[in-house]
Amino acid sequence: MPTASALSPEVLAKYQPVIGLEVHVQLLTKTKAFCGCVNLYGGEPNTHVCPVCLGLPGALPVLNEQAVEFAVLTGAALNCKINPVSIFARKNYFYPDSPKGYQISQYDKPTCEHGYLDIPDGNGGLKRIGITRAHMEEDAGKSIHDGFPDSVTRSYIDLNRCGTPLIEIVSEPDIRSPQEAFDYLTKLKEILLYAGVSDCNMEEGSLRCDANVSVMLKGADKFGTKAEVKNVNSFRFIRSALEYEIERQVEILESGGKVVQETRLYNSAEGVTYSMRSKEQAHDYRYFPEPDLPPLLISEEWKNKILKGLPELPEAKRTRLIAEYGITEKDAETLTASASFADQFEAAAKASKSPKRVAALITSELTGRLNAAGLELEQSPVSMKGLAMAADLAESGELSSKMLKQLLDISFEKGEDFPVVYEREKPQQISDTSVIEKMIDEVIAANPKQVEQFKGGKTTVSAFFVGQVMRLSKGQANPALLNELVIKKLSE
Amino acid sequence: MNLETLSIDQARAALTSGETTATALAEAHYERIAQKDDEINSYLSLAKDRALAQAAKIDALLKAGDPLPPLAGIPLGIKDVLTMVGSPATAGSKILEGYHPPYDCTAVAKLEAAGAVLLGKLNCDEFAMGSSNENSAYGPVHNPRALDRVPGGSSGGSAAAVAAGFCVASLGTDTGGSIRQPAAFCGVTGLLPTWGRVSRFGLIAFASSLDRIGPFTKNVKDAATLLGVMAGSDIMDATASHTPVNDYVAESQKPVAGLKIGVPEEYFGEGLDPEIRAAVEKSIADLKAAGCEIKKISLPHTRYAIPTYYVIATAEASSNLSRFDGVRFGLRDKSASTLTGMYRQTRDAGFGAEVKRRILLGTYALSAGYYDAYYKKAQQVRTLLTRDFLSAFNEVDAIVTPMTPTPAFKLGEKTDDPVAMYLADVYTVAASLAGICGVSVPCGNTKDGLPIGVQILGKHFEEGMALRVAQAVENSQP
Ligand SMILES: [Zn+2]
Repeated sequence: MPTASALSPEVLAKYQPVIGLEVHVQLLTKTKAFCGCVNLYGGEPNTHVCPVCLGLPGALPVLNEQAVEFAVLTGAALNCKINPVSIFARKNYFYPDSPKGYQISQYDKPTCEHGYLDIPDGNGGLKRIGITRAHMEEDAGKSIHDGFPDSVTRSYIDLNRCGTPLIEIVSEPDIRSPQEAFDYLTKLKEILLYAGVSDCNMEEGSLRCDANVSVMLKGADKFGTKAEVKNVNSFRFIRSALEYEIERQVEILESGGKVVQETRLYNSAEGVTYSMRSKEQAHDYRYFPEPDLPPLLISEEWKNKILKGLPELPEAKRTRLIAEYGITEKDAETLTASASFADQFEAAAKASKSPKRVAALITSELTGRLNAAGLELEQSPVSMKGLAMAADLAESGELSSKMLKQLLDISFEKGEDFPVVYEREKPQQISDTSVIEKMIDEVIAANPKQVEQFKGGKTTVSAFFVGQVMRLSKGQANPALLNELVIKKLSE
Repeated sequence: MNLETLSIDQARAALTSGETTATALAEAHYERIAQKDDEINSYLSLAKDRALAQAAKIDALLKAGDPLPPLAGIPLGIKDVLTMVGSPATAGSKILEGYHPPYDCTAVAKLEAAGAVLLGKLNCDEFAMGSSNENSAYGPVHNPRALDRVPGGSSGGSAAAVAAGFCVASLGTDTGGSIRQPAAFCGVTGLLPTWGRVSRFGLIAFASSLDRIGPFTKNVKDAATLLGVMAGSDIMDATASHTPVNDYVAESQKPVAGLKIGVPEEYFGEGLDPEIRAAVEKSIADLKAAGCEIKKISLPHTRYAIPTYYVIATAEASSNLSRFDGVRFGLRDKSASTLTGMYRQTRDAGFGAEVKRRILLGTYALSAGYYDAYYKKAQQVRTLLTRDFLSAFNEVDAIVTPMTPTPAFKLGEKTDDPVAMYLADVYTVAASLAGICGVSVPCGNTKDGLPIGVQILGKHFEEGMALRVAQAVENSQP
């Protein structure tokens, strides 16, 4: 990573970075925030538009109810207070892709305030990051500066995106390192995906992040002057941009200079930030209440109705899965990577006698194969029902782990579900009484203690012998015959 | 048929009796416009295709003996800040020259759906900013009652067209008096509905929290008829109220005996023309004679209304007019080499002096460091002004005031003194800020023959009451 200079770790360690993040998230509503146009990424330029989102003279905004519902869900998922009254405000600025010359946003009375989310603190515990506010606003269109024959002299504008509902989530300056910023964004994205309010697709711009960062000497009680870093389009880049920016600011301070309050753009190709505009050039947005929209009133009744649609969030789901299925924390973490992943697991776990083994199979066998094949869980050739069957066969000893791996490989190779492969490829059964009896004798001889237990009246111990013999036969013993013979032998 | 006095009822009677047809009525108005509008300059564009197609539809209904919608065949003019498919929408500005809106204003569409024939678009002050119609980029409108005088503004064309018999009625807009004051200057009736009573969708905004659409008519009953057609909620305007729409015609025709009429002392102070004072006092006496109880009231914050209005209206305007940037429609100065240059040159060439003045004032009022002292303070005073009216309406059913401090002034008389022009809004802006309804109704003439108007103010959504008192004033005219 290019750095501002070669600062020693000792020098860097003298300083405490302070970071706050502003995340813009496009909501997955059917229509735009203030008009009836379809809310859909892409499309032929300027086809998802109408007089309202084009800002034509005389057109007026009318708030999309679903956008409010998604805002409330977002706020609730981030532990925010949902304000019963929120006010839309105009943020005034001129830009060609902002057709009205102002953006409808919220200013001093946002819909959601005072929330938080927890990130790992690096020591196995959690650190709480405050969320100042989550407010509703509309997206701008896109200016297209290249790709046309006359792009040297002309810019084009596509207003399809204009009016897409956004939530801007503003964190408190509680983040203390680039890694914490990365963790915060990871958690935030996970929660938003779970809540189903956004697809959080950074490439398509449905999640965008600006970072405010300053540094101060450790132990200082006053934050340093901050810079805002914009235009960072991946979580990894944000981490790198913050690392660069922290070093840049430390270097300035170390050389006796002063950090200037400004907005900086991150260039991911060079890994550096560039000054975009200083505080003096900063916009005065002249916010004032939007007179075309009445105050947004969210009654307790409406709020509760909306919150009924809030799905189980990742933290809660992990805790429940561990309690309900006895799986490990690590497996729970993997299995809750997405809500649909967790749902799939639960479907398989419910169909199986051994949820723990289902979890282990998914995390150890299935995900690796899916990754190698470049498939999503939804595209897995092995269905959850098939996985449950495999888990049960493995649990009963009918299938050795080596055999199981082989069968799964065949499933992925041929694109066939596990039961199909199993039926065709399953080991030949041993139904020869004398062969099975020989193996039973072997197991009995090796486990005198269990034999004593059986003879003492604990007949359930026979299952232990069945399992041991099954393992010895590599799962090939005829299960019915084996059962019968084990009882017979033990009772002799 | 005398087009100058032709009312909705008279026109309807002429149509149903077979005395005329909708087409003939529209043609007669176009004929009159062609002959006389050169000296008035009220129409900016004529919508002959659309009007005659609509007239033909009404004539087919007449011929078939089918039931007629309430405004069947009534020729109307539309202020050019309201959108109408097929016609340009200039808002009186060069910056919108050549702009054709792709959708109809809700109020206009409702009138047409009720059978009205939309003759064309009427001149006005640029973006409805002005009190004399001298700020139109397409030339001033002349008062039909005295051609060397202003018709008032900003809906000067709408008032003049009705007074001159260029339409049976018209639509205007009122932000700080732009319906009521020109109605008074031209001697016609003007109705200011409660803010939120008529959808603003398709009204090219000046100041959103103040803008309202309302009719100019030849009598009070016609105003009630048009309001009944236009009023109501609109899925395209979140601020259009769901308050039930009343039968305004029935309400306007009720007797006034027993009503309590408030007369605010603050509206009869210094600067009021003695002839106007006399005419308004005569109307108050007439109301008393009709059985009303006259009560002196006080609206103590009235003197703050003009500064408050000019802060809020200009602040909202500075934002509303940002969309005229040369990017998507209307004028664009192509000579600029940078984006900022394009904005500057386009807006410099496209906006007139008064519009620029108000954008500057409003931008200043909203700027960081000034917001609290200007915009926020003005909103607080607005609340006080509204409370003045609300407490007055606890005592009285309607309030009667002079409509204007002076009769129509001469063209050019105040153009060099914007502050004097603003001060002439003294009787109109308080009601605008409070959001209440009102009627401007003729109550006599000066000895020079200039019309005088009286203002009847009503509670929010009680247009029926304001129209009822206005009808009584109209009835008492000789
Ligand atoms: Zn749209």
